[in-house]
Amino acid sequence: MTYRPGDRVRVLPSRKPGHVRTPGYLKGKPGWVEAAIGPFPNPEDLAYGHSGLPARNLYRVGFKQEDLWEEYEGPAEDILYADVYEHWLEPGEGGTA
Amino acid sequence: MSDHHPHEEPTRSPYASRIRAIEALLLERGILTEPEVQDKISYMEARSPANGAKLVARAWVDDDFRELLLSDGKAAASALNIDPAHPAEFVVVENTPKIHNLIVCTLCSCYPRSILGRPPDWYKSFEYRSRAVKEPRAVMREFGFEPPEGVEVVVYDSTADVRYMVLPMRPSGTEDLGEEDLARLVTRDSLVGANVPRAPIHPAPTDN
Repeated sequence: MTYRPGDRVRVLPSRKPGHVRTPGYLKGKPGWVEAAIGPFPNPEDLAYGHSGLPARNLYRVGFKQEDLWEEYEGPAEDILYADVYEHWLEPGEGGTA
Repeated sequence: MSDHHPHEEPTRSPYASRIRAIEALLLERGILTEPEVQDKISYMEARSPANGAKLVARAWVDDDFRELLLSDGKAAASALNIDPAHPAEFVVVENTPKIHNLIVCTLCSCYPRSILGRPPDWYKSFEYRSRAVKEPRAVMREFGFEPPEGVEVVVYDSTADVRYMVLPMRPSGTEDLGEEDLARLVTRDSLVGANVPRAPIHPAPTDN
């Protein structure tokens, strides 16, 4: 599945073990696609000596800090960007931001 | 209970010892040569935050270069003869009167090494990596910087194939400074966004 800037997404709450490039604090969290960075060999496959192919699309995904942390100190406008591969994303609620 | 020996001489960490052992084996088996190892070390040592400071100072005095730096970081580095060779992307994010950026890598210690060299030790610490995403404002306060009222804090967690650097704002009171003097104001911490460059308290000495 490919996404476009502005699309609402959610990070999969997967417990995939091993070398993953999606940090735990983002799992299950809602955000939006800020930018499509492009395809890269999958680092979660490269890490085990495999080819990393087919390449996976990487997205810069934005999150509101208050959606990530219950007791976030700071205004509602504060955000966090993380780079997340397509196989860690699913369509979120609300469609396009 | 740990069984460490308080009277032992301080020694290198188990990781360092392991790396030394692996290096010795690779050399012994001819998979690596000593000159190759030295070349790699020289390459890393040649990279430093001074490269970042050069990029920033040029961006402060040259709007076209600033646009290039923000749209194509590798091209901007090449334009200043800084070899950005590295498979990862190099993205520069700009601090503005409305936005302050902070870079972290929570999963490990991703850092634009091909430009800035090795990251500072604190950048690799568990404390920084876990707190920068959760309480960035508290972390910056500890570095001595409090974003002014109304400024949004934006954290970049470099989780994958992109390496980030911050383009800080040019401090006020530096209108008379030339590019080299400006570059001296750009600290390593400010390239991560943990702090900001400050104008010198005394006028910078002029270069003779």
